[in-house]
This record gives sequence, C-alpha cells and structure tokens, in this order.
Amino acid sequence: MSTDTKSGPGISGDDTLEDAHKSNDRVRRIFFACATITVVTTVAIFLVLFDNAASYFFGARLSEVLLSGDTFSRTVSFTEFFTGTRWAPDHSTPAHGVLPIVWGTLAITIGAGLVSIPIGTATALYLSEYASTGTRNKLKPVLEVLAGIPTIVYGYFAVSFLTPVLVGGIATNVINPAGGLLDSISHLAPFVLDPAAEWMMGVRVGRYSLLAGVLVVGTMTIPMVSSISEDAMQAVPDELRNGAYALGATKYQVSIRIVLPAAVSGIFASYILALSRAIGETMAVTLAAGFNANLTANPFAEIMTMTAYLVSMARGTSAVGTVEYQSLFAVGLLLFLMTLTMNLLNDRLKQRFQEEYR
Amino acid sequence: MSSEMTDTTDETLIETGFSVETDRGREPTDAEGIVRSEDLSVYYGNERALEDVTIEIPENQVTAIIGPSGCGKSTFLRSINRMNDRIESCTVEGELTFHGKNVYDDDVDPVALRRKIGQVFQAPNPFPKSIYDNVAYGLRIQGRADEVDLDDAVERALKGAALWDEVEDKLDESGLDLSGGQQQRLCIARAIAPDPEVILMDEPTSALDPVAASKIEDLIDELVEEYSVIIVTHNMQQAARISDKTAVFLTGGELVEFDDTARIFENPKDDRVEDYITGKFG
Repeated sequence: MSTDTKSGPGISGDDTLEDAHKSNDRVRRIFFACATITVVTTVAIFLVLFDNAASYFFGARLSEVLLSGDTFSRTVSFTEFFTGTRWAPDHSTPAHGVLPIVWGTLAITIGAGLVSIPIGTATALYLSEYASTGTRNKLKPVLEVLAGIPTIVYGYFAVSFLTPVLVGGIATNVINPAGGLLDSISHLAPFVLDPAAEWMMGVRVGRYSLLAGVLVVGTMTIPMVSSISEDAMQAVPDELRNGAYALGATKYQVSIRIVLPAAVSGIFASYILALSRAIGETMAVTLAAGFNANLTANPFAEIMTMTAYLVSMARGTSAVGTVEYQSLFAVGLLLFLMTLTMNLLNDRLKQRFQEEYR
Repeated sequence: MSSEMTDTTDETLIETGFSVETDRGREPTDAEGIVRSEDLSVYYGNERALEDVTIEIPENQVTAIIGPSGCGKSTFLRSINRMNDRIESCTVEGELTFHGKNVYDDDVDPVALRRKIGQVFQAPNPFPKSIYDNVAYGLRIQGRADEVDLDDAVERALKGAALWDEVEDKLDESGLDLSGGQQQRLCIARAIAPDPEVILMDEPTSALDPVAASKIEDLIDELVEEYSVIIVTHNMQQAARISDKTAVFLTGGELVEFDDTARIFENPKDDRVEDYITGKFG
C-alpha cells in the first residue's frame, strides 16, 4: 500500500457536486426575488402615500420639490388635521379635522372587538376543549365558511337585516321595553322605530348606524378570532391537560388555567389580527355605518370611518391634485400607520408571551 | 420469615439473573386491597386492550406492572383514575373498585376520584408556571388553598419529592427551567401536594438518565410509606428493585401472573413470564 497518493475519505469538494450547488444557487435567487416583491411593494406604497400626503399638508409633493423645484406652502396645518372636529374637505367651506373619521374607525374597531373577542374566544374554547371530535369536524368548516364570505355580502346583510330588524329592535325595546319582539319587525321601522328613536336619541334609525357597523364587523371577525385561537389551543401539548386532569381539575379549570395561558400568544395574535381587520374593513362597514362624519357615541347615529371616506372620495369627482383629493393620501397614510402599529404591537406581545410560556 | 425468603433469593439468583431485595421492612398487608379489578376489559373502538383482568392491589406497597409494549399496562393504569375517559373511543367492562367502590358506577365523579389518585406521567409535564405554582396547582383547583398553609404544603411536597434543597431559593422560577430529572420530581411533588391515597406512575423514569432515574427510585421507596404506588415500567431491573408486588401483562391485555415480586422474578409459575423475564420474549 502506497502512502504518497492518499485518496481522501470522499469529502473534499470535486466536480461531482457542482451541478447540485449550481441549481441550489439558482433556486435561492428565485426564492429571494419572490421575497423581495413584498418588501419592495410595501416600501413603494409607503413612499407614494408619504409623498402625496406631503402635498396635502404642504401644497407640493416631496418628489415635485426635489425634482422640479416646487416650493412648500402650508395648506392644511397639523393642528387643524389632528384636533379639528369637523371633517369635510370637499365641502364649500372645507374643514380638515380628521378626528370624526378616526373616531368612526376606532369606535367600529373597539365595538367589533367587544363582539368578536369574547364570542370568538368562547367558540375556540368550546371547539378545542369541550366539543367531541365529531362536533368539531362539523363546526369548524362552517366557521371557516363564515370567514370566506365576501365582505360586500356582509354589507348587504347589514343593510337588509341588521339595521332594520336588530338595531331598530334594540332602539324600540330601549324606549318601550313592554313592547314585544313583534314590534321590532322591519316593516314597522318607518312608522314606529324611526320616530321613536328620533324622539329619544335625537336621530333617526336610518339606513346607517354605528351599531350596525359594530355588529357586522364584529360578526365577520369572529371566525378569525375563533379559528386562530383554536389552532393555538390545539397546539398546547396534551400532556399539560393530562397533568391537570390527573390532579382532579374540571374541564373549565383546565380550559381557563392551563390551556388559555399556554396558548396566550396565539390567542393575542388572533385578537390583533381581528382588530387590524376591523380597522381596515371597508365595504361592509361603509354599507352598515354610513358616510356621515359624526363625532358621536350614539350607537344609532350614522358615522363615517376612514375607509368609508376613502371609498367615497376615490369614486368622487374631485380633481386630482386638489387639496380634497390629496386628503385621500393623508387619511390613507394615517390608516397605514395605525395598522402598522397594531402589527408591531402583535410582534411585541408574541415575543413577551413566548418567553413566558414555552 | 424474611430471612427464609432471602435464602431462596440467593439460590435462585443464578437462574434469572435478578437480585431481588425482598425485605423492605414492609409487612405484607392482609387487608383488602385498595384497588381491585374484577374481569376488567377495556376496548378502544373494537380493539380489546385489556382482557378480563382480575387483580388486587395492596395498600401502602409498591406494585409494579411490567410487560411488553402494547400489552395494556398503561391502559390498566389509566382505567384506575379514569383518565381513559379522555379517550373518546374507550369503553370499559367489568369492575374496578377503589376502597370497595366501583369507580365506573354512575354516581362516581371522575374529578373527585382523581383527587384521591394522583398520577405521574412518562415524560415530565410541569405546567408553564413557577415551581411554586406547579406544586400549589392541585390544592388550588381543589379549592383547598385556603384550608391549608399553602407555603407549608408546597414545602412539604417538595421535600417529599426530594427536590426542596435544589429549588428552595428559586420557587418563583419556571418549572420548565429545571433539568429533566428535577422536572419529574416536581411532577411527583405536584401529585403528592394534595395528599392523594394512591400514586400512579406511568414509566416515570423512561425519559430520564440513569442518575436521575435512580433518584426517582429512591424516592418511590420513601413515598410508599404514605401512599400506595402503582408503577408501570419497561425496565424489569427497576421492577425487581423497587416493587413489593409485580403484575405481568402479556400481549393481548392479559394479566398472566401477579405475585410477590421476589416470586415473580425467582420462580415464575407461567413459562411465558419466565421467557419474558429472561429476555427470550418481548
């Protein structure tokens, strides 16, 4: 046996693997390109929003200033924008206080959260901890169908059912508690409910109301909360449940003291997602809550959300470049920042809870 | 009597290769067993996991259940505290009594039953909570946290599980930060804190290294002074080392032999048991 030409153990790089490495590199580049698309899109959207929003406040877009030498001039002051309580940029006497529509969005979001978070969490607990496998297998697809219904359909649901029957019914029964359920039937609305509500709350239960918006957005975000929360609960190791059951815990105790805390990061993620969805929700909320920028907490009043404003403005007749047209971008940017904050909050919460519960 | 038995041990050591320490200073009780089963059969769907098991498990002794994989050892254990209820397809026939009361009677509440019969699982499963909260959990959910001095109960349970010295200064830290062996002792502390009568152990050392495992074995030897311990194990040396009685299950869910541990390992009556113990089978 010769010792001068030692053949390696077969681990030194030679030509045999070259092709494999090449295709590996190619695939890596393709994947990277795909990943880049979303990042570039996000950055581009942000830049366009920012650029145009600048023209709303300063009369010229950043790009115009930089490229064509335009100059800034104050059009809408930040003070007016953030503290004004009247929002009517396209009115003959324009007002640029964004508060009413921010309030509209927040009221819908908080209200919808109050509907979807308790119901969604309870649904998830039922499906994950109480329901038999058979029940779960039947119920879960139904919930997922609810999540797949187009939002415009929810909007019509609000217009044709929620507002006349439910919201009208609540209005009547608040005023006339002795009145039976029959009073709340929709055909009575024009004759009984509207005058009654007008008398009591000072508004007509018209086609649109904050309450209808809250209910419809709440309903449509239930599946989001329940589905993601249930996944998180299912991911809790069964050994933990066994440990608690073996100590003589009841189902309720296991659900509340073991499963909920162990799944908390996923559950919070579902809440934030649902709230983000509520903030950004457009079609259903526009059809349910309306287009009238009211700074009011009256659940029977028509309000306008930021998204509803964007819809009405974008399909309106304002000329491109006018202040009222540019207000689209200012509101859009604000909305973007709000959802971005929610996402960052979500990440923070997730990290914190993941440290606590592994 | 014990010296006599020790003699037989020495003689038969050669045959099975096991050293069985018969004299643990525990007198065999003539009293009726704390857990008894009569023709107990358990099915998962149509599949039978236990077949007509009749056994009487003595109080304040260690009873080992051994047998090959899939012989129904764990199924038997789970049917004692009705943890089988959690498996939807599981049905039970026959009788299993705890203090003479059939635990499958309609008026038995499995929640109440499990408060009398604690369980330690194969893999350590501490809750993602602090060490203190892990141990206090049982008393809290049983609504007894106000009746007892909780700090004291936690300390006693941790001492009982031989873990106190190691965790005394860090009761607030997560139970998950402990080593595997410590976690398992934490689970034992959690099980004994509400002071059950029986402790079921389902292969409690199979996920542990030998040093940690031997600590658990020493611990079982102490636990049996206060509790009746029923332990499922794959490890025959372990069964021989720690148990007073041994039940051998074989494939098909049949209880083949149940006797004093010494007798099982030295002089099994059933050939299949002898084959299993000497490694010819299973």
